[in-house]
Amino acid sequence: MNQSLPPAALNSLRSGPTDRGRFGAYGGRFVAETLMPLVLAVEQAYAEAKVDPEFQADLKSHLTHYVGRPSPLWFAKRLTERLGGAKVYFKRDELNHTGSHKANNCMGQILLARRMGKTRIIAETGAGQHGVATATMCALFGLPCTVYMGATDVERQAPNVFRMKLLGAEVKAVTSGAGTLKDAMNEAMRDWVANVEDTFYIIGTVAGPHPYPMMVRDFQSVIGEEAKVQMREAEGRLPDVCVACIGGGSNAMGLFHPFLDDSSVRLIGVEAGGHGIETGQHAASLTGGRPGVLHGNRTYLLQDDDGQIIEAHSISAGLDYPGIGPEHSWLHDIGRVEYVSATDNEALAAFQLCTQTEGIIPALEPAHALAYVTKLAPTMDKDKIILMNLCGRGDKDIATVAAHLGMKL
Amino acid sequence: MSRISARFAKLRAEGRGALIPFVEAWDPDGPTSMALLRGMPAAGADLIEIGIPFTDPMADGPIIQAAARRALLAGVKLRFVLDMVRAFRLEDADTPIILMGYLNPILSYGVQKFCEDSAKAGVDGFIIVDLPTEEADLMLPHTNANGLDFIRLIAPTTDDQRLPHVLNGSSGFVYYVSITGITGTRSASSSDLAAAIPRVRKVTDLPIAIGFGVRTPAQAAEASRVADAAVVASALIETMAGNLDADGKAKPGTVEKILAQVRALADGVRGKGAAA
Ligand SMILES: Cc1ncc(COP(=O)(O)O)c(C=O)c1O
Repeated sequence: MNQSLPPAALNSLRSGPTDRGRFGAYGGRFVAETLMPLVLAVEQAYAEAKVDPEFQADLKSHLTHYVGRPSPLWFAKRLTERLGGAKVYFKRDELNHTGSHKANNCMGQILLARRMGKTRIIAETGAGQHGVATATMCALFGLPCTVYMGATDVERQAPNVFRMKLLGAEVKAVTSGAGTLKDAMNEAMRDWVANVEDTFYIIGTVAGPHPYPMMVRDFQSVIGEEAKVQMREAEGRLPDVCVACIGGGSNAMGLFHPFLDDSSVRLIGVEAGGHGIETGQHAASLTGGRPGVLHGNRTYLLQDDDGQIIEAHSISAGLDYPGIGPEHSWLHDIGRVEYVSATDNEALAAFQLCTQTEGIIPALEPAHALAYVTKLAPTMDKDKIILMNLCGRGDKDIATVAAHLGMKL
Repeated sequence: MSRISARFAKLRAEGRGALIPFVEAWDPDGPTSMALLRGMPAAGADLIEIGIPFTDPMADGPIIQAAARRALLAGVKLRFVLDMVRAFRLEDADTPIILMGYLNPILSYGVQKFCEDSAKAGVDGFIIVDLPTEEADLMLPHTNANGLDFIRLIAPTTDDQRLPHVLNGSSGFVYYVSITGITGTRSASSSDLAAAIPRVRKVTDLPIAIGFGVRTPAQAAEASRVADAAVVASALIETMAGNLDADGKAKPGTVEKILAQVRALADGVRGKGAAA
């Protein structure tokens, strides 16, 4: 007899996607026929791995002993005092090996690639964090690795380019478009089409064709699951608000997903406001875009009246993407998650505040989340709790920040 | 009978395959691409594919990417592509026109409206690269309602088990993507094609066109012999790209040069000239 789902699961916001990879009207598998059989193979392999205790144990072991999980939960006391309102906690995913949350997903996907017998890995990268994490896992398992990176990003994230090369990866600079993350993803997909036999494409965020948005979300959900337990230990209750920055949306989805059914918890995603939404130079797909299809899924996109994709702008290479994961589009439409934005300048100010009050140099990406926290916390009572995903460390951004502060390194 | 079926029936009676040249709409500008389109039937095009420019053509190599970029710089809009077809139809009632592109500009235009307006303009079918069978229900009701063919793509990765699924309910012709790769990079070998096409034939009675990597009259001749049609795109666009002046305008005689290339390809397909 089939066991029927408990009533709670029927109302759960965590049951998506459908078997067509849909979250409401978003998601799907909009890829060329050449790739379709590969995408279906990844879906099948992941479905099997997901319920295989051996795979899960292997993943857990690697996350524990190599990535360094669980990451700590840190009460940012001096920052809290400075802001004068709600208590601010950081989920310290910047302490993962390779310096960001990207490692959680890369470890999951490379174990899957090995299980599928794939012998070559490709990836796209914006800030270079996903590229570094991928190159790292490839070094660990002895697999050749090619990383596509926009030419603009190669320049502004030079330390990460060097790290990838040291790790043995080939870094290919992509000059099409604005030379940022979108163009890198196009090029990675082109590589995949041309190397279908041996290659596994490790997508770095909750975007791309089904099953990637689901799979990357699952691998990143370890963030929210740990945080939930740690929060109960620290405060005996759940936070009132969770805040995370959004490029493609993987660190945010990883934090939010375990909280989706906890209706007392407000969830806030912070998009990159660039020079300001009103200037048109930003990367806020939900705030400033509309639904369309790019990179294999239906989602909110920055696009013109004729459906041509508009280049995003952000000081942070990791947020500089004109789309967003499809599950976020759905959560936006149903109103479960609030999406706001922070500008380049606000992020720069938050970057410095975090460094000076907590002794933590954040990546420019989570500095966007922090920028919003600095506005939100003072409006909340002192017994309220904000949990923010500090998803990456800022070493890679030192040169960018110095340039904006008018300093020479 | 649709224009596409009628054309393939006529060619079958003549005992030869079809040449399907490709023109990127508005590359490098509206008038030049219109002149090229107009000249193609007389140069020997049996059917014509018009490319809809898109900022992110994921299945295309550098040659077609650059063509799309030129067209977008020239200010092309999706409705201008339909304008081209409308103008073409004033002079040519028989040569089938297939629009090839990516989904997002069509979504933005509105799928239903686009199908209606395309049919009215004289379009015969669509090839939408990023709309696989799994997602085709988005468009099929509207192509069917407007008498348009939704051309299916088959790739070397489409295995025998998947073939019937992809071809279920297909019409017009079948487009065989002859390589695993992007446009304008490499060509399939004769033995690859000889193995692949019978595999597809087992599942469909529709004509089969071979595209991706068909460049020369000899390759076009072979493709149209092994299958039923040869699609040539990058080789023609390369000629365009090689004949632009410093301002990105086509030099005098460029359209004629490309049409001469089409003529040579057509001779190949017809078993004439050096290629045969
Ligand atoms: C530290 C960090 N945070 C956030 C992002 C944005 O990605 P996502 O929205 O998928 O978390 C990146 C991407 O490079 C990153 O490096």
